[in-house]
Amino acid sequence: MKANPKDVLTGVHYIDGDVASGYGILAAGCKFVAGYPITPSTETAETFARVAPKGNAMFIQMEDELASISAVIGASFAGVKSMTITSGPGYSLMMDAIGFGAMLESPFVLLNIQRGGPSTGAPTKTGQADMMQSRWGSHGDYEIIAISPDSPQELFDYTIKAFNLAEMYRCPVMIMSDECVGHMTEKVVIPPAEEIELEPRRLYDGPPSEYLPFKPDDDFIPKMAKAGAGYNLYISGHVHDERGYPVINEKFKSVYLRRLVDKIRRNKEKIIELKEEYTDDAEVIVVSYGISSRVAVRGIEKARKKGIKIGNLRLVTVWPFPDEKIINLAKTTKAFVVPEINHGQIAFEVERCCHGKANVVLVPHSGAGVHNPDDIYDAIVLAAKEKKKIEGIVEYKTKLEKLVFEGDYKLKE
Amino acid sequence: METLKTKKMKEVHPMENVLRMDRIPHIWCPGCGIGLAVTAFAAALEKAKIDLNKVAIVSGIGCTGRVAGYVKLDSFHTTHGRAIAFATGIKVANPDIKVVVFSGDGDLISIGGNHFIHAARRNIDMLVICVNNFIYAMTGGQVAPTTPLAVYATTCPFGSVEPPINIPYLADSSGAVYVARWTTLHIRRLTNSFIEALNKKGFSVVEVISPCPQYYSRVNRLGDGLDMMKFYHDNTEIRHGEDTKNLDIGFQSKIIMGKFIDRERPSYTERFD
Repeated sequence: MKANPKDVLTGVHYIDGDVASGYGILAAGCKFVAGYPITPSTETAETFARVAPKGNAMFIQMEDELASISAVIGASFAGVKSMTITSGPGYSLMMDAIGFGAMLESPFVLLNIQRGGPSTGAPTKTGQADMMQSRWGSHGDYEIIAISPDSPQELFDYTIKAFNLAEMYRCPVMIMSDECVGHMTEKVVIPPAEEIELEPRRLYDGPPSEYLPFKPDDDFIPKMAKAGAGYNLYISGHVHDERGYPVINEKFKSVYLRRLVDKIRRNKEKIIELKEEYTDDAEVIVVSYGISSRVAVRGIEKARKKGIKIGNLRLVTVWPFPDEKIINLAKTTKAFVVPEINHGQIAFEVERCCHGKANVVLVPHSGAGVHNPDDIYDAIVLAAKEKKKIEGIVEYKTKLEKLVFEGDYKLKE
Repeated sequence: METLKTKKMKEVHPMENVLRMDRIPHIWCPGCGIGLAVTAFAAALEKAKIDLNKVAIVSGIGCTGRVAGYVKLDSFHTTHGRAIAFATGIKVANPDIKVVVFSGDGDLISIGGNHFIHAARRNIDMLVICVNNFIYAMTGGQVAPTTPLAVYATTCPFGSVEPPINIPYLADSSGAVYVARWTTLHIRRLTNSFIEALNKKGFSVVEVISPCPQYYSRVNRLGDGLDMMKFYHDNTEIRHGEDTKNLDIGFQSKIIMGKFIDRERPSYTERFD
C-alpha cells in the first residue's frame, strides 16, 4: 500500500528532527495522535497538530500521559493508526499502558525524545538512559520493538517504519530518539507519496460470527477487526483465550505469553535493522545507537587513521536485541566499545552476548551533553592494546568523569 | 393408547441479545447490586432502539470493571482508572461509535478522577455509568473516596476520617450535560435514565448506588443485600433538579435521587468539526 499524496509533504526541507517526525506521522497515514506537552518532544506534537487537517487526522492534547496513551490504544481499536509523543517523566507515566498495549496486541507508535533523568533531571538536554525502560518498563513479560534514529532524515523515515512494524507485528513500537537528534536541524528529503510503502492493518474479512480476535496466523500474529463493525470484540488486559475471554490459569498463561514473546523473537531476523561497516576483520568494534553513533564516527575515523582495524556496528533496531550478530562478531573481534549516554544499559546486553569471548568497554556519559569523540577514540585505543581477556565490563573513565572522580565528586570551577 | 408427547422447550434468556451468555455465571457475590445495574442497562439498550453493532462498552478495573465482559457489544476491559481516557480515543477516532463507560467509583473517581473531570469539560459524547458501592470491593473492602465518614473499611479500621466526594456535584461542575442518581432498587427509573442518557449527545453521568453485602454492609453491620434494598426503600427521596451541592451521602443518611442536570452544550466532536 502506498502513502496518500495528501499526507506527504514531498520536497526538500531544512527542519529539525522533531518536525521531521511530525511530517513522518502524517505520511504514515496516522489519524490520531494524543499527547501531553513535555520538553523536548513538544515540537513534534505542535507540528502534527498543525499539519493534521491535511490528512483528515487529529491531535488531541489530553490531561496527562496516562490519558494520552490510553486514548491512543482506544483509537487503535477504533480502527485508525495512532501514536503518542513524550519524553522523560511522561514516558515513565506511560509504562502501565505499554504493557496493556502489548497484552492487547495493539498496534501503536510511541515517540520518546529522550532527555536527562532521573526525575525532572535535565529537561532540555539529551540522554539515552531510557533504553532499558523501553524494554522492561511495564510489569510482566512481553516483547516490544524499539528503534533509534540518528538524524532528522531518519526520524522521518523511521517514524513511517515504526508504523509499518506496529501493524505487521501488532505490538507497541518505540522510537527511542533523543533531544540532540530531535533538535538537530538538517536537510530532510521527503519523497513523493508513491515511493513511500505503508503496511495496511491486518484486518479479518470473514463472517463476524466466526471471528476470534486472538487466533494467530502462521506467523503468530492474529488479525484485527474494528470496533463498531459488529464483531462483538472482547478485548481485555487479562490473560485471555482466542475469543479474548479471560482465562486465568497456568496453561493459558503459558499459551498466551509464549506467543506474545515468540511473535517478536521468532520474527527477529525480519525486524532487526543494523548498519555495519568493516566489522568482518575488525579488532575493535564500536556498538552504538542514536546520537552516540553520530558522535562515534569521529573517534572511529581517527582510530582508523592510526591504523587500528576498527569496525562500526550501529543498532538501528535496539529491541529486539541482535544477540546472534554480537555472538558471531565476538568470535572474531577482540573488543567492543559501547558509547552511550547513560552509565551502562546496552553495554550490558553486548557483554551478555559476548560470553567472555571479547572484552566490552563501556564509554559512559551522565547526559546533558554528548561524548567527546576523543574519549571514544581513547577507549578504542585502550581496547585495541589490551591483550588479556577481562571478565565483566570495563568502564572507561572519560575526561569529564576523571575530573569528577579525581575532584572527589566535586567539580572545580 | 396415545402417549402424551412433551416437547422440550428451548430455554432462552430474555436478555440473550445483549448479554454474553457463554460468560454466565458471573463473578459477583450474592446480594451485590452490579447485576441489577447491568440488567437495567441491558433493558435500556433494547428499549433505546440503537444499533448494537455501533456500541462500545469500556470498563476499568474492579468489580464493576467486569461489566464490559458480560455485555455482548464491543467490550473493552482496560487498565485501572483509564476507562474514560480509552473511551475518548475510541469516540474521537470514530465518532459513529456510541461509547458507554461502565465502571466503579474507585476506578472512575479516585484513580481515574482526572479523566472524569476532563472528559466532562471537553464534553466528549459518552455515557458514564458509575456504580457506587462506597468501597473497593474487588481488593477486599478498602476505603474509597466515596466511603461516607465514620464507615469501617479494612484500611480504615477505626472508621473513615475523610469526607467523601459528591459525584453528581463533580460531574455538574465539570460540565456534564446529563447527571442522574438512582439506587439498584429503583430499576425502572434507572432504566429510563439510561435510555435518556443513551440518546443524549454529550458527557452524561448516571450514578448507581449499589449494595456491597460482602465488604460494606457486613463490615458495618448493616445486614445483607436485601437489608440494603430495604434501606434504599425507606431512606431515599426523589428530587429532580436538586442543586447538586446538596447531594452528599453520609453514613446511613437519606439518599437524594433523581435527574439533576439535563442541559445542552456542544460536544467535543461537534466543536472540532
